[in-house]
Amino acid sequence: MEALKQELKVKIIEVLNLEDVSAADINDNDALFGDGLGLDSIDALELIVMLDKDYGIKLTDPKEGKNIFASINTMADYITANRTK
Amino acid sequence: MQNDNYITATCRIHNNEMFVDGQSIFKTQAADFAEFSKKAYQHLGISYPKFFKMDNLSKLAFLGAELLLKPEHHQSNTALVFANKSSSLDTDVKYQQSIADKGNYFPSPAVFVYTLPNICVGEISIRHQLKSENSFFIFDAFNANLMCSYANLLIDTQKAHAVLCGWIEYFNEDYRAFLYLVSPNGNTIHNKQSLETAYNQ
Amino acid sequence: MSKPVYIAQTNCITPLGFDVDGNIEQILAKVSGIALHQNLTKSGIPFYAAVVDEHRLNQAFQDARMHFTKLEKMLLLALQPVVTESGIVLNEEVALIFSTTKGNVEKLEENYTNIEPALLSGLAQKMADVVGFKTQPIVISNACVSGIMAVSVAKRLIQAEVYKHVFIVAGDAVTEFVVSGFNSFQAMSDAPCKPYSKNRSGVTLGEAAAAVLVTSDPTNAKVKILGDGSINDANHISGPSRTGEGLFRSVASAMKEAKMIPEQIDYISAHGTATPFNDEMESIAFSRSGLSAAPLNSLKGFYGHTLGASGLLETVIGIESVLRNQLFVSLGYDELGVSEPINIIEENRYKPLIRFLKTASGFGGCNTAVIFEKMN
Repeated sequence: MEALKQELKVKIIEVLNLEDVSAADINDNDALFGDGLGLDSIDALELIVMLDKDYGIKLTDPKEGKNIFASINTMADYITANRTK
Repeated sequence: MQNDNYITATCRIHNNEMFVDGQSIFKTQAADFAEFSKKAYQHLGISYPKFFKMDNLSKLAFLGAELLLKPEHHQSNTALVFANKSSSLDTDVKYQQSIADKGNYFPSPAVFVYTLPNICVGEISIRHQLKSENSFFIFDAFNANLMCSYANLLIDTQKAHAVLCGWIEYFNEDYRAFLYLVSPNGNTIHNKQSLETAYNQ
Repeated sequence: MSKPVYIAQTNCITPLGFDVDGNIEQILAKVSGIALHQNLTKSGIPFYAAVVDEHRLNQAFQDARMHFTKLEKMLLLALQPVVTESGIVLNEEVALIFSTTKGNVEKLEENYTNIEPALLSGLAQKMADVVGFKTQPIVISNACVSGIMAVSVAKRLIQAEVYKHVFIVAGDAVTEFVVSGFNSFQAMSDAPCKPYSKNRSGVTLGEAAAAVLVTSDPTNAKVKILGDGSINDANHISGPSRTGEGLFRSVASAMKEAKMIPEQIDYISAHGTATPFNDEMESIAFSRSGLSAAPLNSLKGFYGHTLGASGLLETVIGIESVLRNQLFVSLGYDELGVSEPINIIEENRYKPLIRFLKTASGFGGCNTAVIFEKMN
């Protein structure tokens, strides 16, 4: 799970063009949206694409994204449970 | 007969260099626009992480606006009138590539949103909180005539107090930005000739 | 005091018909142009869209001088009759504005290293040359407000005496490029769109072309253009302002110029794309503007969202509304699903109408509002 969390941090920085943010800056429990990393609605959609592309998970209801992408921890849990790649 | 309007400031960005009112204010070595724009951003001391999510056209427009807009422009109803030749085609091509291969089909919303040229105007509106008139035109080349007429009429009909005009052309690492502020007061009369002179400087 | 400017000729090419009367007939019969299509994109996955029948288009468009794309045929079929019927000699005083979001973007599929065929100025020049314009065409590419922004720009240029007459043609096609993009935004509805409805779930795309003549000559004028505004939200590049700020200010700017109060607006042709956010934002902006009682519709239930064409096509239909004193149903609407009160038109019905407001909003935080008044 630790390796996946690290992988996610690196991916998020790259996919969402988070300049001046390093993996070390992101704590597992930090809020990704809102005040945390300040991600917005387009970022959420990009993460949905990433789930499909890298982990083979198709989100049927995008509203689920709010809970799944709350933090690195919630993302890692969800991916571990649902990945097909 | 309407009073004249004036060009109060100009800037150009081209070939890894930025000019304000004809003076070079920044020049650097850079392998590509991504590197140049990042260095320019740092040189201007900007702190705006969203910059790095923008496409090249928006980054170019953003930098130009950063050179000319001051805090008071937010108060003074400054309109945005931009134009170019290649629309958003630089990003369109990137997006098209992402949907070309049915075996590797993951269209990106972050790329798709930039496949409209007016997004660069939106980015400037957001950055400078300009709730003002805005339009994006496409021409084969910088159209001083139309730009001049349109900026003038916005001021003359009180739809705007000042206008930031821009020719923001970007395609495949070939870029040229020419922006200028038009206002009812100033020294250089805003007309077709002065615009063409400034554009060709 | 600015000289009055009018719209004097109109035309449209849509899935509902290749002339205005034909379109109105279908609208009165509540026939939608939206259908389930199977083979529009390479994935073969069926989706709802409002598409112009290619066979019918090719029967109507008979010009073998050169190759024309489907979009070009639609644009020329819309524009040429407007120019011809106007009787106006195309000289230096006459401009052409072309509104589109993506133009011939499909050319990138063939070869994405050469953008020449996809340049919007090239497309505009081709049409200008075919029809015979003598001035450099003006292209407006400002997301989904392009079609109605063109009317505002035309009126402003005429009042500033830059031109005497301005023809506008607007069009966009349903393409894989756009369909895939809207899908990536989770913005496409599984069923025909339901503007302002509780269970709305996104847009249905459409394609169309529309054309009008904007002129200072009152002969044959259908409506007068009273005021306009195109104000940005300054909020987010894809999500509309939660307070409807840009739309509210655009309407305010148009109303101020027209010297009108909200009660004088007889009908609103709104944007109503049926996304959760757009329709909600519009209800807030209209409510703030004191327009909650004005009969309002979205035509997206008939035409789908025709992007760069929408503002102009829907203006053409709005003009028919006031000329015929006929409110058209906001097709697809069932139960109110926005937080602020607005008065959705639920059935085609007769009502004396004089002034209408056309609005549009789009990606990049743009909004445009224009007010029209029927000629006596």
